Amino acid sequence: MGDYVRQMPHQSSADLARRPSAAARLHVDVPLLLLLLALTAFGLVVLYSASGQSMAAVVRQGRYFAVAYVIMFLGAQLSLQRYTRWAPWLYLVGVATLLGVMFFGVGAKGAQRWLEIGGFRFQPSEIMKLVVPMAVAWYLSDRILPPRFKHVVVGLALVSIPAALILQQPDLGTSLLIAASGLFVLFMAGIGWRYIFGAALLAVASAWPAWMFVLQDYQKQRILTMLNPESDKLGAGWNIIQSKTAIGSGGWEGKGWLSGTQSQLDFLPESHTDFIIAVLAEEFGLRGVLFLMTLYTLILLRGFWIGVQAQTSFGRMMAGSLTLTFFVYIFVNMGMVAGLLPVVGVPLPLVSAGGTSVVTLMAGFGILMAVSTEKRMVAH
Amino acid sequence: MPRYIALKDPHRESRIYSARTVTAILIMLALLGVILGRYYGLQITDYETYRTQSESNRVKLQPLPPKRGLIYDRNGVLLADNRPSFTLSVIKERVPDLEATLAELRQLVPVSDSEVAKFRERLQRRRPYEPVPLHFRLNGDERARLAVNRYRLPGVVVEAQLLRHYPHGALFSHALGYVGRINEREAFELDETDYRGTFHVGKVGVEKFYEDVLHGDVGYQNVETNAHGRVLRVLERHAPKPGADLTLHLDINIQRAAYEALGDRRGAVVAIDPVSGGVLALVSTPGFDTNLFVNGISSRNYSALRDSPDVPLFNRAIQGQYPPGSTIKPLMGMAGLESGLVTPETTVPDPGYYRLPGDSHRYRDWILRIRGTGHAPEVDLNMAIAESCDTYFYDLGRRLTIDRMHDYLAPFGLGSRTGVDTTNERRGVLPSTQWKRDALNQVWYPGETISASIGQGYMLTTPLQLAVATSVMASKGRRHVPRLLQALDGEPVAAPELAPIETAPEHWDAVYRGMLDVVHGERGTAKALAKGIRYQMAGKTGTAQVIGIAQNAVYKEDEVEERHRHHGLFIAFAPADAPTIAVAIIVENGGGSSAASPIARHVIDTWLFGRSEFEDPA
Repeated sequence: MGDYVRQMPHQSSADLARRPSAAARLHVDVPLLLLLLALTAFGLVVLYSASGQSMAAVVRQGRYFAVAYVIMFLGAQLSLQRYTRWAPWLYLVGVATLLGVMFFGVGAKGAQRWLEIGGFRFQPSEIMKLVVPMAVAWYLSDRILPPRFKHVVVGLALVSIPAALILQQPDLGTSLLIAASGLFVLFMAGIGWRYIFGAALLAVASAWPAWMFVLQDYQKQRILTMLNPESDKLGAGWNIIQSKTAIGSGGWEGKGWLSGTQSQLDFLPESHTDFIIAVLAEEFGLRGVLFLMTLYTLILLRGFWIGVQAQTSFGRMMAGSLTLTFFVYIFVNMGMVAGLLPVVGVPLPLVSAGGTSVVTLMAGFGILMAVSTEKRMVAH
Repeated sequence: MPRYIALKDPHRESRIYSARTVTAILIMLALLGVILGRYYGLQITDYETYRTQSESNRVKLQPLPPKRGLIYDRNGVLLADNRPSFTLSVIKERVPDLEATLAELRQLVPVSDSEVAKFRERLQRRRPYEPVPLHFRLNGDERARLAVNRYRLPGVVVEAQLLRHYPHGALFSHALGYVGRINEREAFELDETDYRGTFHVGKVGVEKFYEDVLHGDVGYQNVETNAHGRVLRVLERHAPKPGADLTLHLDINIQRAAYEALGDRRGAVVAIDPVSGGVLALVSTPGFDTNLFVNGISSRNYSALRDSPDVPLFNRAIQGQYPPGSTIKPLMGMAGLESGLVTPETTVPDPGYYRLPGDSHRYRDWILRIRGTGHAPEVDLNMAIAESCDTYFYDLGRRLTIDRMHDYLAPFGLGSRTGVDTTNERRGVLPSTQWKRDALNQVWYPGETISASIGQGYMLTTPLQLAVATSVMASKGRRHVPRLLQALDGEPVAAPELAPIETAPEHWDAVYRGMLDVVHGERGTAKALAKGIRYQMAGKTGTAQVIGIAQNAVYKEDEVEERHRHHGLFIAFAPADAPTIAVAIIVENGGGSSAASPIARHVIDTWLFGRSEFEDPA
């Protein structure tokens, strides 16, 4: 071969010639932004009802959204190189703060998850949801893909250290989410199916020892409750029975906004946070659920599309991992509220009330936007 | 040998990535499909189930207890009403920590140990989510304190309910009876639907006898509640049907006259209107405050009542069985005339005692001890009644024989329950050979007929039976089942009438004359009553030898003396030409009939004139 022409995949010379749009210059992925705006707006509508028609709750959540959108926008401005360069350091700092939590952390309800610095509380595990996939992606981005065995091992190590630290807080939900976000990077990097099936086999085989030695009593209880909520109608089963009743009684059409009896009459616990989907399902019916799932699916597909279009393997892996993690939120939350999965503290992304998860998720979308606009920057 | 240097191949990586993306999307869609399937299952397939569940969550059927009927006397004076009362109750299912809550409540409201013990008992047999009462009759301060602390005390409720109240307390205790909280046995027997939301039931007396009409019909309402059980609004309401109001024949004035005339003595007074069969007064002393029983009497109060030697809980008027003594004589006179064994002119020699033919035993007349001789050489029926001559009736009784005596006296209501509309009535004893065989498995001895003919021996009557017999006398044979109830919700209810005693009017007149002479005659045994009297009163005195005091009572050694005195009895009706009241009175251990007879004056004066100025010469 003579001349080697480096050609960017999926990019014609016409693209390069065109003047970048305003959106591209602002590093904003317009379809994604529109979908997110639609989702957050719908979320606020549901929240108003779920919070017992509290405008204050809506305003507070709106403020979180505003902050989160700013963070997303700022996150989108950073180049992927910068993310790549920062990844290992962020990772080290992250692990250090997790260790800090272990020794100096403050807790609530028997779990030590928070670090308090100068009166300001934050949850390092939340940041790790972004940092862990970033670190794995950074590590693999220089390797030849699909990664070899030793790279897989290193990648797994990068995942398991923070996951283990968070697991002992104890915070099974977050630990699993973080582990998943790291493993998704490995998956998208193309690790062999033999690893995947092997891991699956191992997971099944370790279920019994995990039940016996790893899971805490309250976690076992949650699993038992999921399997048979009737066993403890007024205790742990109450939430699931009430949320299933709320969802089921919504039917196809729903009882109407602000008219859900389960939600408005306090039968539904945690109605504005983790169980908000039940309010939506009760008041808007299956139609509302379908609408929400369509929005989510479009966001997910856009995320995958951005990944496919990405110029660098770091960008690709980040896009894939962030998208899949977003999906895990949706799946776990909707599954647990409907009684398919045990109750773990996973919010319905961008709908449940709360600031922390919104900021993390939107920061993730900021990175996604950075990936989506990266290719055009290369042209200049 | 060529060395292969591994280089990154962007095309290959991109291809792998795309393949993984496709896989990821497929898995994702599959899992979203599972979720969607689940929501479809809940919202479409099982929609009806969850819809129903959500409705039943939200909508609760609440019973609306009916208002218990009120009880009035014949003048419209309220004898039993319902007053709002505030009860502190606890819904166990809603209380996170029962012990802590109880401790907290006891800081706010004075709850005694026994109340806590009773509360724990009730806790054992409650329906789920039913408020269990802990403390009754909260006052305003206590309610305010509870209201302020309500947010700290989930599951604690203050309920307003109507509680039975007896404004006259002890005065009507035995006439009305009382309601009390439904106990376990009653809960089992009562209709569960009808008594949803009702916590009280008539325990004794009129309150129990007329429970069905007093209770009314339960209503219900569908209410929307939140998860904490708080009612948000009423969706549908079926009003309860309040119980019927009872108007009784009782007259508070003569009830009070009788009660006050008895004073602190043990005794009973029953007055009956001979025309209607209505019970005008039904007094048993000592009474007790029935309000104590409404919400469960404290064990201290209860043992005081139970252990009192005066047995205040014992309704002497209908449960007390006493030898009628000489009050039986007018009836015996009727039996003699009816049987043809005597006429008003028939006389019997009275040496002061009586001897059965061929027997040396002397049956003494009471006068013998006083005068050393009989009432007169020859005694006729009029004198026999007016002066209460035993000898005359000994002879009559012997000739009548016990079984015919039984047959003539039974229509007057002796020896069987009168069927009055209250509870716990006793039947007394009207002896006969048959009775003795059945009850004691013994043969009848002729001597026993002698004592029976002056109302002693086996013969026992309740004051109510005596009043009924007197009423039959007064109305010349008209017989009623005595009734306390005069009207139900204003609709008059007649006392059931029984077949009258058919006899010649002159028989009644003959006995009347004797009874009038008891009061108005020169040598009448109750002539003291004639002082200042403005009407004709027919009466008969009686003295009953004490065998023991009333049933259920305990003998106490140091009281035996007083408790061995004779019971004083008196029956009367007035005005004699058209009687409107018949009275029977007993004063336990009163010593003699003079303890009882003045009470008749008080009662009848009050009935006829609204008040009595009679002063007991004793």
